[in-house]
Amino acid sequence: MKSLFKHREIWLGLAIVAVILAVTLRFPRFAEPSFLLTVFNDTSILMMLALGQMAVILTRCIDLSMASNLALSGMIVAMANAAFPFIPVPLLILGCVVVGAAMGAFNGLLVWKLNIPAIVVTLGTLTIFRGMVFVISGGAWVNAAQMSPDFIQLQRSVFLGLPVLSWFAIVVAALVYVLMTRTPLGRAFYAIGVNPTAAVYTGIDVGKTKFYAFVLAGAISGLAGYLWISRYVIASVEVASGYELNIIAACVIGGVSIAGGIGTVGGALLGALFLGVVNNALPVIGVSPFWQMAISGAAILLAVVLNARGERSKGRVILRGA
Amino acid sequence: MTDITTRRLPDRLGSSWKAGVLSWESLLVLVAIGIFIANSFASPYFLNAWSLSDLTFNFTEKALIALAMALLIIAGEIDLSVASIIALCSTLMGLALQFGADTPVLVAVGVAVGLVCGSFNGVLVTRLKLPSIVVTIGTMSLFRGIAFIVLGDQSYKGYPASFSWFGQGYVWWVISFELVLFGVCAVIFYVLLHKTNFGRRVFAIGNNATAAQFSGVRVDRVRFILFCLTGLMSGIAAVLLTARLGSTRPSIAQGWELEAITMVVLGGVSILGGAGSILGVVIAALIIGLVTFGLGLLNVPGIVMSIFTGGLLIVVIALPILYRMMKERRA
Repeated sequence: MKSLFKHREIWLGLAIVAVILAVTLRFPRFAEPSFLLTVFNDTSILMMLALGQMAVILTRCIDLSMASNLALSGMIVAMANAAFPFIPVPLLILGCVVVGAAMGAFNGLLVWKLNIPAIVVTLGTLTIFRGMVFVISGGAWVNAAQMSPDFIQLQRSVFLGLPVLSWFAIVVAALVYVLMTRTPLGRAFYAIGVNPTAAVYTGIDVGKTKFYAFVLAGAISGLAGYLWISRYVIASVEVASGYELNIIAACVIGGVSIAGGIGTVGGALLGALFLGVVNNALPVIGVSPFWQMAISGAAILLAVVLNARGERSKGRVILRGA
Repeated sequence: MTDITTRRLPDRLGSSWKAGVLSWESLLVLVAIGIFIANSFASPYFLNAWSLSDLTFNFTEKALIALAMALLIIAGEIDLSVASIIALCSTLMGLALQFGADTPVLVAVGVAVGLVCGSFNGVLVTRLKLPSIVVTIGTMSLFRGIAFIVLGDQSYKGYPASFSWFGQGYVWWVISFELVLFGVCAVIFYVLLHKTNFGRRVFAIGNNATAAQFSGVRVDRVRFILFCLTGLMSGIAAVLLTARLGSTRPSIAQGWELEAITMVVLGGVSILGGAGSILGVVIAALIIGLVTFGLGLLNVPGIVMSIFTGGLLIVVIALPILYRMMKERRA
């Protein structure tokens, strides 16, 4: 029992329950299963993105270009759908994932082959990808009328009581969980994060492993591109602008160490869910939307401070010892 | 992100004339001259004292932040909250304006709020021993969030004319006050980083914080001062920007944190800490100003310019690495 509470996932889960209970005092419907499922569905995209970002952060890198990747692959798929409505949606989704993975591979190659720090590479591609959205669309929007009904409806349709969007999140989470815990690649992500030099001696190709992490993050961003566009039924240059820091915030709240090597799928999911619950709860209890940003900022700081305490008690030195 | 395998000692340990000519700064100067020549061919309106003076408004405010951010990154830290600090400074200046404050009070409020925000970051990083990238992601939302709470969807207008001078005034014919201030600050930061003990400590912390601690550097105090400096420069940038725009909106300066970091990195400061120079940052700021202004003259939309600045960042950083790889392959 005592060891159970050492896991930050438990604490984070309790914090989420506490927020839900506190909101329920003001707004009883919030705790109803149907409402909670709505919150989960709302947070699906952030959860997927957080998992991709986690893989990258585990390898001591960071991907600032995920939101721009999302916007570009979303715009490509929306324009493809508007121009050729007869292409089946599953094929479009596949295309989205491939395009996103290609952008991730571009980041990964620069980090792997040229050894440029990831934060620099993705700072560059953040602006490049976002600019490309404008170039291919000419600044125009793709709106609901131009998208085919299938394109919009697919992720809204309900399967076994859950919207398909939620199923996407569940499937991606399951796949990433298996990848992280049951495959040599997942182990390599952790290994090079904890100690890159030791990882080299055990035969792990550090550069290549980072490359795969970026490809994974890119593929997830591409998928999220389709989901975002078809959910909000508008593709524009502004889509998910500035969202990259929300994704990193979700990871950080979920206990993924920015210094690499530490983090779990459950933690990243709960971190995203925590942000989702807070953001959904505020309007419900009548807090003005202008407060939202300050409150989530304060929540991030609080979660980080609590996390840091947990890590220090284990005697682990992270990023600096001085 | 301190990756042992990619970490190198700074190249600038030996200082022969050959190292000086082949330095990062001279590569940047070449890039800047190239872009300058390209600009003057691309547009007939470029080579003109007034448009060159206009050009400086494209980078001075961001570059002021980049100066302080350079020191912070050399010390192995980062501040993602600078743009939000600008928003908060600008908002509180606007609030002071509503209470009838005049120019000196407005400037004092802007600068003081910047300093307070910076010291808040500094306290969180040094007292709680948290990575600065994590702390400043939080304060980034927090500071801008407070600006949203105060302003809502309103905007403040009606700044006095004497206040506007900070962002629009000229000191000597076409030389703007912003440019002069940037020049003065650049010299101050150059001396601070390269000629004082404080600067030496900044480099020492960036290279090895633990070793610096054991050699008697008060690491946390230096870090705290650097965060305060970055906040202070953000406050000054907020005064200039607010004066230039003549209005305050909570979405002011959105995305500037990444642009300032781009200037610093393009200027040759190692994102892993421990290496870099103010001269490089100044030239990099000039390059980005030249690129955005030149593309603006060609009617290229702002969002497309970002492709060029992002591409420039990657290409300029990749070039020396490619060169070194080719040389190693031949040897």
